[in-house]
Amino acid sequence: MLLLRTAFKNILGGGKRTWLNVTVLSFTFVIMVAYNGILDGFLEEARRETQRWETGAGQIQHPEYDRYDMFTLQDAHGVAPLSLQTYLADKSMTPILILQAAIYPQGRFQNILLKGIDAGQNILELPTAKLRHTGTEIPVIIGQRMAGLADLKEGDRVMLRWRDKQGVFDAQEIVIAAVFKTKTTTVDAGQMWINITDLYAMTGMQDEATYLVKSENCPVVSDIDNWSYKDLKYLLADIDLMAKSNQTESFIIFAILLAIALLAVFDTQMLSIFRRQKEIGTYVALGMTPKRVSGLFTLEGTSYSILAVLMAAVWGTPLLYLFAQTGMKMPEVYADMGMGMSDAIYPAYHVSSIMTSIIVIVVLSAIISYLPARRIAKQNIVFALKGKIN
Amino acid sequence: MQPIISINGLVKTFPVGNGFFCALNDVNLKLGTGEFVGLVGPSGSGKTTLLNIIGSLDTPTEGKAEVLGHSIGELTAKESAALRNKDIGFIFQSYNLLPVYTVYENVEFPLLLQKMSADTRRKAIMEALDWVGLTNKEQSRPSQLSGGECQRVAIARAMVKRPAIVLADEPSANLDAKNSHNILQTMRKLNEELQTTFIFATHDEKVMQYLKRIVYLQDGEVERDETVNQPNRNE
Ligand SMILES: Nc1ncnc2c1ncn2[C@@H]1O[C@H](COP(=O)(O)OP(=O)(O)OP(=O)(O)O)[C@@H](O)[C@H]1O
Ligand SMILES: [Mg+2]
Repeated sequence: MLLLRTAFKNILGGGKRTWLNVTVLSFTFVIMVAYNGILDGFLEEARRETQRWETGAGQIQHPEYDRYDMFTLQDAHGVAPLSLQTYLADKSMTPILILQAAIYPQGRFQNILLKGIDAGQNILELPTAKLRHTGTEIPVIIGQRMAGLADLKEGDRVMLRWRDKQGVFDAQEIVIAAVFKTKTTTVDAGQMWINITDLYAMTGMQDEATYLVKSENCPVVSDIDNWSYKDLKYLLADIDLMAKSNQTESFIIFAILLAIALLAVFDTQMLSIFRRQKEIGTYVALGMTPKRVSGLFTLEGTSYSILAVLMAAVWGTPLLYLFAQTGMKMPEVYADMGMGMSDAIYPAYHVSSIMTSIIVIVVLSAIISYLPARRIAKQNIVFALKGKIN
Repeated sequence: MQPIISINGLVKTFPVGNGFFCALNDVNLKLGTGEFVGLVGPSGSGKTTLLNIIGSLDTPTEGKAEVLGHSIGELTAKESAALRNKDIGFIFQSYNLLPVYTVYENVEFPLLLQKMSADTRRKAIMEALDWVGLTNKEQSRPSQLSGGECQRVAIARAMVKRPAIVLADEPSANLDAKNSHNILQTMRKLNEELQTTFIFATHDEKVMQYLKRIVYLQDGEVERDETVNQPNRNE
């Protein structure tokens, strides 16, 4: 307690240099929190959006299906196991049937994935109600990216060509019933969503599916009749992988920022131990053990970080709050990374990640302060009192 | 006289170059309660070295230095810190006040290292400031004080814990005549009232006038040790 009080007194009495250290550290701290917040916000949004638009609460996939291998699509469809029919009936699962197909916008040829989905499903955000129709014209819905790629808009008609169950080509004009806006690229670029009933009729693959998307209240959590259950961990693996690589990247940035901030603290410590020899001697003469004095100096160095956290709380809180309101525009490159993309990213601040930042800064500054301060314990006090260093 | 400091065959050498320099050579000395004694001698005669050993800031190379029953050099860092904190007050030539602290806090510091109730502490501090006539400056910082005032704060800081021994190394060297007399009178008065043993290292004539006993050092040896008969200067 005495040490803490003395340490704070000393560094508050330290003037400009103290505030320089504290400012640099608090700056690092706020950047750290903001950056972590953006990363977390980005990833959480990506996970959330991908679940809402693509994966649901999990999927049951046809044994042949491999989402990374388009060539498996040809065989990756079949009638779902009998035991899952109840879930399909009560719509806590919805089938998706995927086919490779081609369209001819303005006469150009373009490969797409044609995805059949139940118009009445309510597990995914896709506006599938738009796929209901009474006439003979078949409606499809596409995402904004797809619309951009194929230069299509709502109401446009385009020639679609596909193979039926026997492998025989067939073609028909379809109409764009809606263009939806999503942050999840993987349900957008290069694909069209069609009423699964239409797809059954077009292909003869009655009641077949490539995979089934389950909702929160569907209890299935394991493989059934060779159809493999894929949990979110598997389905969101790409995002988690990206999170990991981002972590490495941010770790390097912080290592550099922190190194600069800590160097300032280290420098101050070295200088003050050099300059304050007489004071060190005085503490010992007044009855502190040299070890305790070295503890005092360590605490002083550490107090910079504690003050920095307080200072960061003062100027960082409103700033970070504002940042959370306005969000941050993401560069376009992120849009093509095959995952959720938002126009703006909103940071998500977590107590745990803020605490981690605090602990990292405080612990590192304690270590960096201890290194020069431990010399005090070994020092000749008589020399110190004379104001000389040995 | 009951000796509270007893020094026997004390030798202190310092390594210099390849050899050793002998700063204290076979010093024998006994000091009792309530003494007002000066170590006097030319520069380099070993005064500071001897004070440092008595204050347990340094250790003997050979021989024995016993202070209040503790053998200096055989104490752990903790024990010697406790000895300094409770029983020995230090007064330095350059005051050595803690610059970021107020006068009050400077005097308080040694007491904070002891377990003491805030109330007792406050009383002790105010009393010590009263001894040196600085009760009106308790909130000043050392930078706002004159040299004489600084040294009086240092005396208050040394005395606040009512130590058995006060060690003062050239306390008047940075002060003018008036202030020198002032602090010496103060110390002499405390010596009389509290029976604190004061040990000075000095070559200042003004200090010598007040001493009750003078130990002359020369090249690390006790050359003469005389008791001074003089009228009590403390009035
Ligand atoms: N750490 C050391 N290493 C080498 N020599 C030392 C050391 N400390 C003191 N000495 C030497 O020991 C001798 C006595 O020093 P000391 O400081 O005790 O003298 P002093 O009597 O206090 O002198 P002054 O009146 O100038 O303060 C001096 O010659 C000094 O150079
Ligand atoms: Mg000296």
